[in-house]
Amino acid sequence: MQDNAKSFFSKLGIDTRLLGMIGALVVLWIVFDVITGGRFLTPRNLFNLSVQTASVAVMATGMVFVIVTRNIDLSVGSMLGFIGMTVAALQVQVLPDILGLGHWSIWIIAALAAILMGAVLGAFQGWIIGYLTVPAFIVTLGGFLVYRGAMWWVTKGQTQAPLDATFRLMGGGAEGTLGETLSWGFGIVAAVAAVVLILMSRRRKAGHGFTVKPVWAEGILIALAAGLILCFVWVMNSYPIAKGAMKRIARAEGIELTEGMVWYHGVAIPVVILLAVTVIMTIVASRTRFGRYIYATGGNPEAAELSGINTRLLTVKIFALMGALTGIASIIASARLNAVDVGLGTLDELRVIAAAVIGGTALSGGFGTIYGAVIGALIMQSLQSGMASVGVDAPLQSIVVGIVLVFAVWVDIVYRRRTGQ
Amino acid sequence: MDKQTPLVEMKNMSIAFGGIRAVDDVTVDLYPGEVVGLLGHNGAGKSTLIKMLSGAYQGEGDIYVNGEKVEIHNPRDARNYNIETIYQTLALADNLDAAANLFLGRELMTPAGTLDDDAMEAETRKIMGRLNPNFQKFSAPVSALSGGQRQSVAIARAVYFNAKILIMDEPTAALGPHETQMVAELIQQLKAEGIGIFLIDHDVHAVLELCDRASVMKNGQLVGTVNIPDVTDDDLLSMIILGKKPGEKAEGAEA
Ligand SMILES: Nc1ncnc2c1ncn2[C@@H]1O[C@H](COP(=O)(O)OP(=O)(O)OP(=O)(O)O)[C@@H](O)[C@H]1O
Ligand SMILES: [Mg+2]
Repeated sequence: MQDNAKSFFSKLGIDTRLLGMIGALVVLWIVFDVITGGRFLTPRNLFNLSVQTASVAVMATGMVFVIVTRNIDLSVGSMLGFIGMTVAALQVQVLPDILGLGHWSIWIIAALAAILMGAVLGAFQGWIIGYLTVPAFIVTLGGFLVYRGAMWWVTKGQTQAPLDATFRLMGGGAEGTLGETLSWGFGIVAAVAAVVLILMSRRRKAGHGFTVKPVWAEGILIALAAGLILCFVWVMNSYPIAKGAMKRIARAEGIELTEGMVWYHGVAIPVVILLAVTVIMTIVASRTRFGRYIYATGGNPEAAELSGINTRLLTVKIFALMGALTGIASIIASARLNAVDVGLGTLDELRVIAAAVIGGTALSGGFGTIYGAVIGALIMQSLQSGMASVGVDAPLQSIVVGIVLVFAVWVDIVYRRRTGQ
Repeated sequence: MDKQTPLVEMKNMSIAFGGIRAVDDVTVDLYPGEVVGLLGHNGAGKSTLIKMLSGAYQGEGDIYVNGEKVEIHNPRDARNYNIETIYQTLALADNLDAAANLFLGRELMTPAGTLDDDAMEAETRKIMGRLNPNFQKFSAPVSALSGGQRQSVAIARAVYFNAKILIMDEPTAALGPHETQMVAELIQQLKAEGIGIFLIDHDVHAVLELCDRASVMKNGQLVGTVNIPDVTDDDLLSMIILGKKPGEKAEGAEA
C-alpha cells in the first residue's frame, strides 16, 4: 500500500518534500478550522492570510539563495524598516513639494527608489562579504544594527503617514486587489501558462529520447496545477467587500451604488507581486547560469572556483538581489499599514530565515527551493494567524513558533538522511 | 620531437605557502602527442605545480603555450588555452548531477538564453557511454555516486571540451581494474590525437607503461626529467625516494 502510494507520487514527479509541506499546511488549516468552529477556512481569513504572508515570502525567496551559498542575512528586517521609512518620507515630505500632492508618478518613483536602495545596500554588504571576506553573519549583524539606527535618523523617529494613494494599493486591502473580473482573467492566463509549460517540457524531453511520465500522470499534474490556480481565484472572489469600503470606492470612481449590490475582493495586489517574484525567482534558480552557479558554489565553493565561476562577484549579486527583494517587501509592508513607524520590520529577519529553513533550505548549503520557502512562509503565517484567532496569547505564540521551527528542521534532517541527500 | 615547439613550457615555477616553498624553481615541458609523468612522494609539490598551470594558483615563473608567453590568472584563462584539468580532489559540486558538473562554467543554453538541461544530459549520456558504459545515474546528485563513478564524471568533463593540454592528477586513484584499463586506453587515444598530457600517478609501472617522459619532484624541487625508454622502475624509485638521477650520487643525501 505504502509502496503503491510511493510509486504513484514518483510517477507524478512531485517530490515528497513538497508533498510533506503541503500536507503539514493542510493539517494545520484543518486543525485551526475545527478549533475555531469554521472561522479559519473562510474566504475572508484566507484573503488576509495571503496578504500577510506576501512581504515575508518575497524576502524568503531571496534568503534561499543567501543560505544556499552558506551565508546568512540578519539585516533584512532592519533594512526593510530603513527602506520603508526613507521611501515613506520621500512620498510624504519630499515628492509632494516637488511634484504636487497626489501626483501620478509618486508611487513609481517611490517603488523604484525602494528597490534600488535595497539593491545598493545589499550589494555593499555582499562586497564586504565577498571581497573583504568578513563572514556574512557579522556583516549582516552589523547591518541589522546600522539600518535600525539609520531608520530613526531619517525622520528623528517620527511616524510617516498617510502614504500616496496609488502606492497604498500594493499593500492589499479593499482597493488593493485585482477585482473580480481581472482576477478571473489572471487565473485563466496563469492556468494556461502552467499547462503550456508542462506540455513544452514534455515535448523537449521526448525530443531527446528521454523517458517521459505516463500520459495519465501528466494529465493529473495539469489538472492539479490549473485546478489549484482557479480554486484560489474562486476563493478570493468569494470574499465580499465591506459596505463602507464599497461606498468609498464607488465615490472615488463615480459609480452609482444600488441596493443589494455586492462586490468581491479578488486576488490582492501584493499576492500578485509575490506570485510574480516566485515565478521569476524559480526561473532564475533552475534555468539560468546565475542560479546554477549559486547551487554549485553552495555545494562546493572550491569546485565552483576551479570551474571558472567568480564566486566573489556572485556573492555581491546574491546580496544585491536579496536587498532588492527586501525593497519590494518593504513596499508591501509599508503600503499595507499605510504608515511607517520605527518598529516596521522588527523580527522579520527571523521570520524570513525560519520560512526558508522550514521550506527545506539547508544551512549547510547547496539545497533549497523557492517554492519551499514560499510555502514555509505560508506555514509560519498560518500558525501565527491561527493561534491569534484561537486566542493564544503572544508569549505562548512565540514559544510554539520556536518549537515548530526546531521540529521542522529536525524532520528535514531525518528526511535527508533517509533519502540519502 | 625536439624540433617542434613545446605545447607547454613552465619555466622556473615557484610558489610558497606561508614559509613553505611548495614548488621551488621547477621547469617542465610537454610536447604535442606526448604524455609526461609527474612523480614524487606525498607533498612533493606535484599538484601545486599543475595548479599553477590550471589557474588555481598564481605563482612565480613563466608559462609558454605553443611558444608564446601567457598569463594565467584564473581557471577561465586556462580553459581559454584549452587546458583541461582532472583535479586530485575531483572538484565536483556534490549537490548537482553529472551533467550539471560536466558543463559547470560552460553550460549549454537554449536560444531563449536559459539553461538547456536536456541537451546537457543528452551530451553527458553520450560521453559517459564512451568512458564508463555502466554509468546510469544521470539524474542523481554526484554525492550519490561511488568514488569511481565520480572520477569518471571528472574525467568526462576534462575530455569533453576538446582539450589540447590535459592535466590528470591521479585520475585512476579510485577506479577499478577495468575502469583503469579504460583510462589507459583513453590516454593512448588522446595521445594519438596529438593532445599533450601531464599525468600524475604514484604507480611507477603505470607511468612506465603510459608515459614518454617523466619528471620527478622532491620537496618542491625538480630532481630531473628522464626519457622513459632509458630508465627502469628502480631508477624512477630511487629518483623519487633518494632524489638522485640515474648514475648520479644522492644529492644532499637524506636529510
Ligand atoms: N593551499 C595550500 N596551503 C598551504 N600549503 C599547501 C597548500 N597546498 C599545498 N600545500 C603544501 O604544499 C606542499 C605540496 O603539496 P602538493 O599537494 O602539491 O603535494 P603532492 O605532490 O600533490 O602530494 P600528493 O602525492 O600527496 O598529492 C605540501 O607540503 C602541502 O602541505
Ligand atoms: Mg597531489
